[in-house]
Amino acid sequence: MSERPDGPSDWALDVRDVSAGYDDHKALDGVTFRIEPGCLAGLVGPNGAGKSTLIKIILGMLKPWSGEVSVFGRAGRPRAGLVGYTPQVDLVDWEFPVTVRDVVLMGRYGRLGIVRRPGARDREIAASALERVRLTEMAGRQIGELSGGERRRALIARALTQQGDLMLLDEPFAGLDAAAQHDLISLFQSLVQEGKTLFIATHDLSCVDEDFDHAVLLNKHVIAFGRPADVFTPESLNEAYDRHLMVVRSDQSTFIGL
Amino acid sequence: MEGIVDFFREPWTFEFMQRGLLAAAIVSAVAAVVGSLVILKGMAFIGDALPHASFGGVAVAFAMGENLYVGGGIAALLTALAIGYISRRGVIRNDTAIGIIFVGAFALGILIVSRQDNYTGDLFSFVFGNVLAVSWNDVWLTAVVAAVVVLIVLLFYKELLFNAFDPTMAQASGLPVAWIEYGLLALLALVTVIALQTVGIVLVVALLVTPAATAQLLTRRLSTMMLVGAAIGVASSVVGLYVAWHADVSASAAIVLTATGAFIAAFLFAPGRGAVWRGGAGSA
Repeated sequence: MSERPDGPSDWALDVRDVSAGYDDHKALDGVTFRIEPGCLAGLVGPNGAGKSTLIKIILGMLKPWSGEVSVFGRAGRPRAGLVGYTPQVDLVDWEFPVTVRDVVLMGRYGRLGIVRRPGARDREIAASALERVRLTEMAGRQIGELSGGERRRALIARALTQQGDLMLLDEPFAGLDAAAQHDLISLFQSLVQEGKTLFIATHDLSCVDEDFDHAVLLNKHVIAFGRPADVFTPESLNEAYDRHLMVVRSDQSTFIGL
Repeated sequence: MEGIVDFFREPWTFEFMQRGLLAAAIVSAVAAVVGSLVILKGMAFIGDALPHASFGGVAVAFAMGENLYVGGGIAALLTALAIGYISRRGVIRNDTAIGIIFVGAFALGILIVSRQDNYTGDLFSFVFGNVLAVSWNDVWLTAVVAAVVVLIVLLFYKELLFNAFDPTMAQASGLPVAWIEYGLLALLALVTVIALQTVGIVLVVALLVTPAATAQLLTRRLSTMMLVGAAIGVASSVVGLYVAWHADVSASAAIVLTATGAFIAAFLFAPGRGAVWRGGAGSA
């Protein structure tokens, strides 16, 4: 990764020596990595590697035992207006009586503060986020009526209304078919072109290798970070997953797996 | 023709029926509003636990010669706080903690009542409800508490909605989710207190859960779910009181069973979501 002479404020995300966990259990141990602004970055690692813990720390929901996280040069909470967040689809109750528009508008709630209602400006921002992910026509539907790909896009629209230049997405590809995943990656790439930085937790190593600018390979500590081609070496993967993964690259595509 | 008019008008010529209708309508409306949040957050068991636990407070107040509502209210609030505290600690499972606390408080009530030599009919009206015995004072108290609850829900609607739908993101957005949780439990305790005399301890959970669940089948937004749930609650109160009057049966049981009937109808025939239209298999 290139050195950036302008100092630490230039990094979209700067994680320095972060250790964290729950009670006596240490989930992260001396995690250090940086992500440049305006790139599509993947967070990969086996189950239990601490990906969710790391996301919680970046969001400011969990205090690390030691170490520090800066987002665009600013350390500590609050991060409203700096980070947009998309939770795992499984964590959302899709039977809940809310419309797509209601959900997208929730991205504004953190900025409004207690009691205040969303105003015309918030509605405009929500409407343009819906337009951006091509869900305008579904705005009045109950969220359970959306397809798998549309559900991801609705959550991404909500993260867009948070207007953070860094967006954290927790496993957006889980359970999607190949076509829907392809559409989602196109959306991510166009968001990056508009200046967003996307940091995406995923299990799809091949996809990160093919389409992402950066990768962070995590298993309690950072095993490697940088360009995916440099990160996904047989040695690093072996260390992270504790087994031998095959890496096959051609001009068009990559296969990483068993 | 006159017979039909009498059938509908006769019950309301008695003041105790007017008072009963007012109390039942107010309670079931506000119970549906709070109950909507309760069922969406999967808190129905707490909705059953708080009324039971409040019996301990009612019995203590009875033994001390104090106001029974105040006793029940304090017990319900303490139980709500204890449940909120324990569920945030996460040492034992949430529902286990709820079970231990409410049965303990309920047993304390029984223990105290078993030592009372004087007439305990008042206490039994708390167990099974006696909506036709409410005084104008009870109706006023009910109306004031209900107004406070509705006002709080209106004021903090955004926070209650966000926390019910997506507590993780609500927390990440900087909302005080712990306070919102405790606040909702306190609202539930308030509804419990005013619902006690109307339907009694055993049936409070029905007013919280049934009209709200019926409304969820018919609506697609929380705000309309609350309104439709309240309307179903009020309608169940009116119909239930007619049934109670003409068939000479328990008013609280008739109100609850009317609401149950409405739920079954919605479950079977709700537009687009009813079991009948979906082939009865119940798949989405």
